[in-house]
Amino acid sequence: MDWFDSGWGLTLAIFLPVAGMVVVLAIPKAQEQAIKIVALLTTLATLAAGVGLLVRFDYDDTGDLQFEANKSWIDVIQSRYHIGIDGIALPLLLLSMVVTVACVIYSWDHFPAPHNPKGFLALTLLLETGMNGTFAAQDLILFFIFFELVLLPMFFMIGVWGGPNRVYASIKFFLFTLFGSALMLLSFLALFFLTEPHTFDIPTLAEAAGEGLVGSTQNLIFLGLFLGFAIKVPMFPFHTWLPDAHTEAPTVGSVILAAVLLKLGTYGFVRIALPVLPQAAEDWAPWIGLLAVIGIIYGALCCLAQRDMKRLIAFSSVAHMGFVMLGIATLTDFGINAAVFGMVAHGLITGMLFFLAGSVQERYNTRELSRLGGLLVQAPRLGWILGFCAMASLGLPGLAGFWGEFPAILSAYEPLEGLPVETFRTFMVFAAIGTVLAAGYLLWMFQRVAFGEPKPEFESAHIHDVHAPEWIAWTPLLLLIVALGVYPNLLFKITDGAVTGVADGVAKAIGG
Amino acid sequence: MNPVFDYHALAPELVLSGAIVVVLVADLLFPDREGLQTSRLASLGILVALVPVLTLAIDGADRSLFGGGFVVDDYAIALKAFFLLVAYVTVLVSADYVGEGDYYKGEFYFLLMSSVLGMLAMTSARDLISIFVALELISIPTFVLAGWRKHDTKSNEAAIKYYLIGVLSSAVMLYGMSLIYGLSGGKVLLADIGKFAAAGDAPPLFAVAIFLTLVGFAFKVSAVPFHFWAPDTYEGSPTPVTAFLSVASKAGGFVAILSIIYFGFFEADESWQPVLWALAAASMTVGNLTALRQTNIVRMLAYSSVAQGGFILVPLAVAQDAPRASFEAVVIYLFIYGAMNLGAFAVVIAVARRTRSGEIESYAGLGQTAPVLGILMSAFLLSLAGIPPLAGWFAKFVMFRAVFEAGGAGAVTLGVIAAVNSVIAFFYYAGVARRIWFEDPAAELAGPARVPAALTVALAMSAAVVLVIGVYPQLFARVGELAVPL
Repeated sequence: MDWFDSGWGLTLAIFLPVAGMVVVLAIPKAQEQAIKIVALLTTLATLAAGVGLLVRFDYDDTGDLQFEANKSWIDVIQSRYHIGIDGIALPLLLLSMVVTVACVIYSWDHFPAPHNPKGFLALTLLLETGMNGTFAAQDLILFFIFFELVLLPMFFMIGVWGGPNRVYASIKFFLFTLFGSALMLLSFLALFFLTEPHTFDIPTLAEAAGEGLVGSTQNLIFLGLFLGFAIKVPMFPFHTWLPDAHTEAPTVGSVILAAVLLKLGTYGFVRIALPVLPQAAEDWAPWIGLLAVIGIIYGALCCLAQRDMKRLIAFSSVAHMGFVMLGIATLTDFGINAAVFGMVAHGLITGMLFFLAGSVQERYNTRELSRLGGLLVQAPRLGWILGFCAMASLGLPGLAGFWGEFPAILSAYEPLEGLPVETFRTFMVFAAIGTVLAAGYLLWMFQRVAFGEPKPEFESAHIHDVHAPEWIAWTPLLLLIVALGVYPNLLFKITDGAVTGVADGVAKAIGG
Repeated sequence: MNPVFDYHALAPELVLSGAIVVVLVADLLFPDREGLQTSRLASLGILVALVPVLTLAIDGADRSLFGGGFVVDDYAIALKAFFLLVAYVTVLVSADYVGEGDYYKGEFYFLLMSSVLGMLAMTSARDLISIFVALELISIPTFVLAGWRKHDTKSNEAAIKYYLIGVLSSAVMLYGMSLIYGLSGGKVLLADIGKFAAAGDAPPLFAVAIFLTLVGFAFKVSAVPFHFWAPDTYEGSPTPVTAFLSVASKAGGFVAILSIIYFGFFEADESWQPVLWALAAASMTVGNLTALRQTNIVRMLAYSSVAQGGFILVPLAVAQDAPRASFEAVVIYLFIYGAMNLGAFAVVIAVARRTRSGEIESYAGLGQTAPVLGILMSAFLLSLAGIPPLAGWFAKFVMFRAVFEAGGAGAVTLGVIAAVNSVIAFFYYAGVARRIWFEDPAAELAGPARVPAALTVALAMSAAVVLVIGVYPQLFARVGELAVPL
């Protein structure tokens, strides 16, 4: 298995989906069954490669890059094909793989209008390559390419298969992220030219930790990175594309967007912004914390004002990603561990919630909360799964959501030395209020959708309970939510080494 | 003194000249109604002309003729290959268009190839006179080509406008050159002018001379505010000619600017950097903002090419502070721009065969009626927008790289303007993609489109470049690196 460990395994995990896409494109449009099978097999094979990585991963050494490959790519600009994963990237990579498989199974026989499984699955596979690649990239330019690669498929997914307002939403989504990534690219270039020796290699840059850069320059470069990542997360006040994109996107698009694409932003902070520019990170941390907390409260308040189930879940994402960003802003290993856990937990839980919102819409042809009700009567299993996921999302202990939220709040009690403690403790209080609000809007949503009697217009409608593709797609996600909730060390054990490495690097650079 | 002829160095031009004569005579002796044989002959001639370019590249030695006025170095070779390939693709996209029109067929290729001959000469021209002659050889045949559809008033308008502006710009440029000649004490070789500029004792009028020369070239590359002719000319000309004008003819102008700056004015940077800075910023911004409002695809691409020209000027505007990176950036950008713009025009030609329309509205639902054309058009346009993993990203990237290597407030400001502009540009490129995929087709156009074989080859070639270079840019990057003459 030497070939697998020396980079080929990871390369396979990144590029198998795109190979599958080529095959899918080669199959005539009419042979839908063949297209679906190829797509499913591809995602399963990718997942198998992912499981291979999981099995062969060295858990005693999670802080170091494993399955590394470092080959020449664009020599002229000194950018290399450098990939590798550590304890932070591994869980996110697997999250992306599991979610994609679930998405392909979920859409098995209900492709949104205008149908066309060929196009839809091809885009899904292309998305997976972009996502997996971003988590594995260890070179800034490579990272940029993969980071951008997800834009086009998502743009078309929203624009072609989306709701009534899809054109506006897709363009808005694209423009926001494009703007952010243009500035991010400028920052990458500035980093390249201002560090000696010139390099795009992330580990090398992290090693240097911004040495030789004047504070003001660091802050300016960090601003560019911040905008690129914060728009993707999205942080308040750059979040306005998110509710539109989520509301209009087809179910699978929403799921991938929430479960994985948002993580690209937070991952960018942990992988690039913090280790490479620690001093600027320290200067910016209180502001990031502030925006995170505003996001938590603002997102929660917006949720309470929503009438559309999917839009509500979208705003809850803004709030939840606020917790993740608060954890990152503390710059401590405790906070960042919580943040990485929060990313995975949010991916599983909110991904599930979007699946459920899609299933509800499919059955009732509406997501209007005022028209829904009595799901527990008409489709009890679906109703209980919704309840379960709402509980997980509000941070019920024993389920995954708790371990992302609670430690993130706790970590704000004692941020990294040098950060304003009082400010962060104030953030902590507001974040805690945010959890109460979260319980409020999630339970409110659950109550509106599931409790009571069905509304008269749907009384006689036949509402099908959870069917087979849904069971198959959801079971792994539900099991993971429970498993991570009951035994969080499953994940903390993997992330801790890598996170400590990042946090120590930051602390050392600031101290020295 | 007898001039020494290095026939190997001149071989690409000689072969192409021969091919031009063959095409003209063959059309005279064996007239065929469709003009397809002539087009095959023309494409064959262009491919044969590539052979000596290859042997020169393998040989690798720099050759200098005519007292240093004609040089064959890696830079010249790389761009000769570029121009011949662009010409080849142009002939491919023209074949059926010209064949189905009711006009003179043989002369079309004759004129096209003559213009290409001017481009080949331009890559090697290293004195003011050669540059001027090459530029006129590029331009004059295209004046006629623009008016090819002589029963169409728009085509007539296109030709007249292009001709008048072309002559005016030549006059301005020539005046500038004559001033340079006088001020420098009778120098025409760029190398000599370079020494004169480096000496630093040039009178203030020298700056005026440089300015006038650059303005002349600014007309050729349709840089704002000298771009007014471009949209009308592009819209009125036959579409293959427009493709040729927007890629090859424009690139010819850029090659002239590259040579004249790098070999001539380089040290007098305070005279040309600000001019190019302003041209670049204005071209990007005005080109993009005007493109946003276009309803005709060719006019939109015309303004987009004005904006793209602005992006190509960006590295030139910082060339003094980052000479190597800027040179590479211009060459790489030209290569990639050539592929993606020709591809876009090839799709426009293919679509217009069926819809007989150049309105952007007519692209509605293309993704359903002709998915392959839809995918290709989206790929070319989004590549022009610079979205990875399509080749356009690398063109933009090398441009930004030059800007950041130069550093300094002026350069970084220009970089930020370029970044904002690439976001604006996305609007109108995506606007077309949106119609292709998000809208339903007009009812009467249902049914598959037939794309002729020659056009298919052209599309495949452009698409291959856009995809392969997007994922593995090293291929072009290496050529760009080799081409730097410093």
